[in-house]
Amino acid sequence: MGFTFPSDAWIKELGNQLNRSASYERSAKDWEGDFVFVVEADEAYPETAYLFLGLHHGKSTGAARVESEDERDAEFVIRAPFSIWRKVIEGNLDPIRGLMTRRLKLSGTMVKIMRYPKAAQEIIACCAEVPTDWS
Amino acid sequence: MWHFVSPQIVFGEGALEALDELRGWRTSRALVVTDPTLLELGLVDRVTAHLDAAGIEAHLFSAVEPEPSLQTVREAVDVARDVEPDWIVGLGGGSPMDAAKAVWVLYERPDLEVAEINPFIDLGLRQKARLITVPTTSGTGAEVTWGIVLTDTDEQRKMGLGNRENVADMAIVDPEMASGMPPRLTADTGLDALTHAIEGYTSTWHTDLTDGLCLQAAHDIFRYLPRAVEDGGDMEARERMHHAATAAGLGFGNAMASMAHAMGHALGASFDVPHGRAVALCLPYVVEFAARETPERCAELAQRLGFAQADGEAGACALAREVRRLMAEVGSPLSVAELGLEREEYEAQMEKLIDDAFTDTQMVTAPRSPSYPDLRQLFLCAYTGETVDF
Repeated sequence: MGFTFPSDAWIKELGNQLNRSASYERSAKDWEGDFVFVVEADEAYPETAYLFLGLHHGKSTGAARVESEDERDAEFVIRAPFSIWRKVIEGNLDPIRGLMTRRLKLSGTMVKIMRYPKAAQEIIACCAEVPTDWS
Repeated sequence: MWHFVSPQIVFGEGALEALDELRGWRTSRALVVTDPTLLELGLVDRVTAHLDAAGIEAHLFSAVEPEPSLQTVREAVDVARDVEPDWIVGLGGGSPMDAAKAVWVLYERPDLEVAEINPFIDLGLRQKARLITVPTTSGTGAEVTWGIVLTDTDEQRKMGLGNRENVADMAIVDPEMASGMPPRLTADTGLDALTHAIEGYTSTWHTDLTDGLCLQAAHDIFRYLPRAVEDGGDMEARERMHHAATAAGLGFGNAMASMAHAMGHALGASFDVPHGRAVALCLPYVVEFAARETPERCAELAQRLGFAQADGEAGACALAREVRRLMAEVGSPLSVAELGLEREEYEAQMEKLIDDAFTDTQMVTAPRSPSYPDLRQLFLCAYTGETVDF
């Protein structure tokens, strides 16, 4: 049985996957900064959802679906429609390319993110490990 | 959705004369960003003579060092703010051209720090000046790419910067400007171009628009580089190499380079190995590494170049074999040991090498993504020259 995206269970499972990944841990060993992923409503999903992911020194320190972008303090906010997130999570859109073409929109210090491209790739690799239901 | 970015390119014999006819933009002052060797060789005079002919007052910043530092860029920006140029001319190999791109951005955007030049923001360039690039080597491709590589001397680390907006307005690709390169520099820069062509073709970001450029560039480099190294006066070889380097630049500049660059950047930053030699040295090991699990693109390229008929691992390994053959033919080292580095000294830097390569921006486009232990093994193979068989 899979985890429905973008549910609380899904983001918690992503946190678990990250905490099992030696590659992620190594690539983000100095990383400090939490994220909120804003999943905007589109024709494939009816409401906007907010997923918080705490990340510190190569580990996930917390993960939850939250009620708003501001409910938890996060240094970075990435927003995109549901269908774009699906492409990223299924590996059909490289997240760096998504940011470069503005299909993913980021608020936060891009300079910091630019130093951890491999970590971004490892997070996507972990997303692929989460059995996901899209309905 | 993706973008293909390119300057206007004026190329071939006599291309420098394009400077005589600069129009469509203010033409009062230019700042030429270059290095002291080119000043000494008289190549800077050739450019300023054409700027004079166009009625443009030329100013110089000629202190760009190989692998330019943030400090050098900041000094050049101060000069730009004094001169207030309408044109910035990046003249030289990759170092002066990359420095010129950074100077241009920071001259236009004094609110930015060097490290803030990234692909995800709007820069709003071309309010104060425009950029011309004139390569004097046949390798870097920096005349047509938007990437900028600078060195943070405090952290002893290469920084990959750039934004699509900071691609030059005009690239002047005149083979005469590279005709005086000595054989060693011809080989190093030519192998840099080969690495761009192969990595641009095999990158996970390759596109229909970049494949042809990379393929043609690789074909011409295999054919003409030995001639250009053997006889610097062979102007047919010089011209084909000069154009191939620009074609490879367009290819990889729009598809990204990959793992040989990530490893080569790390090697170059730790041991002061010239960029072209460092990335080319890593290339056959990276191709062999890809060959075990993701051989398709390497094998396809080998087939298109006539090096192999086989698909899969055998085809990909044929590409690695031909790269080594070419490197040997032009007298380039095939291993780190052949660079003259002591193994003890090399292994003492191993953690930094791996960390730097692992987190390099170019690593994200590798067809086969290495683990940390994989990278250790790859760096060890690159030292000894052993074939990669994992």
